[in-house]
Amino acid sequence: MIAAGAVPKIPRGVRLHWDHIRDRWVLLVPEKTIALDQIGHAIISKIDNHADFATLVARLATKYDAPDSQIAPDVSGFIETLAARRILEVL
Amino acid sequence: MKIPPPMAMLAELTHRCPLSCPYCSNPLELEQRSRELSTRDWVRVFQEAAQMGVLQLHLSGGEPASRRDLVQLVQAAQQAGLYTNLITSGIGLTKARLEELDRAGLDHVQLSLQGTDAQMADRIGGYKGGFDRKMEVAGWIGQIGFPLTLNCVLHRENLHQLPRALDMAQEMGARRIEVAIVQFYGWAMKNRDALMPTREQAREAEVIVAKAREVLKGQLMIDFVPADYHDDYPKRCMSGWGSVGLNVTPEGTVLPCHAAQTIKHLEFWSVKDRALSEVWYDSPAFNAYRGDAWMKEPCRSCERKHIDLGGCRCQALAISGDPAAADPVCIKSADHVKMMQLAQGTPGAAPAPLQYRAQPGKSPVRSDG
Repeated sequence: MIAAGAVPKIPRGVRLHWDHIRDRWVLLVPEKTIALDQIGHAIISKIDNHADFATLVARLATKYDAPDSQIAPDVSGFIETLAARRILEVL
Repeated sequence: MKIPPPMAMLAELTHRCPLSCPYCSNPLELEQRSRELSTRDWVRVFQEAAQMGVLQLHLSGGEPASRRDLVQLVQAAQQAGLYTNLITSGIGLTKARLEELDRAGLDHVQLSLQGTDAQMADRIGGYKGGFDRKMEVAGWIGQIGFPLTLNCVLHRENLHQLPRALDMAQEMGARRIEVAIVQFYGWAMKNRDALMPTREQAREAEVIVAKAREVLKGQLMIDFVPADYHDDYPKRCMSGWGSVGLNVTPEGTVLPCHAAQTIKHLEFWSVKDRALSEVWYDSPAFNAYRGDAWMKEPCRSCERKHIDLGGCRCQALAISGDPAAADPVCIKSADHVKMMQLAQGTPGAAPAPLQYRAQPGKSPVRSDG
């Protein structure tokens, strides 16, 4: 699990993009395109390069009307998977 | 069958290149500068690509920096909304030009590595001083902050340098490295015997990559292209013919893959005569090997046919003489044994000299003797 005070960041070269042909959000990253589902899009769009992990979880919990403790593992897993591929950074 | 819109376009801006790598996958006959698409043509193609669903644009060649209008082209791609990747050897890029590319909105740089020291790199690239220049360019790329992928093609002569290449990628601040064992298309076919890795080398590379992926998780993303002549099942070539990506050659011919023009009976269309979407959806070449109706045995009844899609059409032609045959890498192909023999080479034979390619329109060939 990502530490509460760690700050997830979207590095240069990673862009959230509305794919108007396929009607979906995608993450454009070096040499790849990652299709985002609704949850993935919600997480990425809450990352502002300043908010720490706990704040992101709280924002998402409000949005989805769910307890922090319930969504934190999923949010952490999503971010960690992308960080392992150097698509996101956690500082 | 519903044809999906393309995701990616490889724009081969020029065949001109200061390097003359023996493993070059461009065709034997290179396009001359006088026949290259104009700036205006490319800009139109980029706009059409974005409108039909292309998201990723790879600017390649040859050496794309050999185009004087590179900055303009990047700007146009950016304005069209494309994620723009520059695939370069670094030769022809100055610090000032990289800064211009930065301002133009270039998203990512893929830098090639011919070897991990000047002796190897300059010998393989056939360009003296190329390695030192490349290291300088890598420094500027880092200073500007472009996301960087290091791309190294490995073969019999330089495969032992893989561990050092992984270190160099990290030293350069690269987020990704593409470790590609040489594939034999275009000019590279002339150097197959000289470049073919041994079976031991191919296995060793797999072990090194597997270990590095564990150790470097979160630090360096490693993409690996294995030595397919040594494999038992073919690659899922292009993720399917005419399904994800397209190539545009320097003079505007649109291809389903890099080597497609080796399949002589196919009819290719050009962006000079037609809209890009027309070429993608309607041209005979793109429709030739879409889906699986074209498959013969052993592919037709194979349980893997939707995994590897029969492999590579161009390799089936090159080795088996039939582009609708199974990729001969496959153990079910009648020519699999032939592939194994080609992969082994002639035991005890003296190493073949490297054959270097020449610039477009110039007569070949230098060999290193």
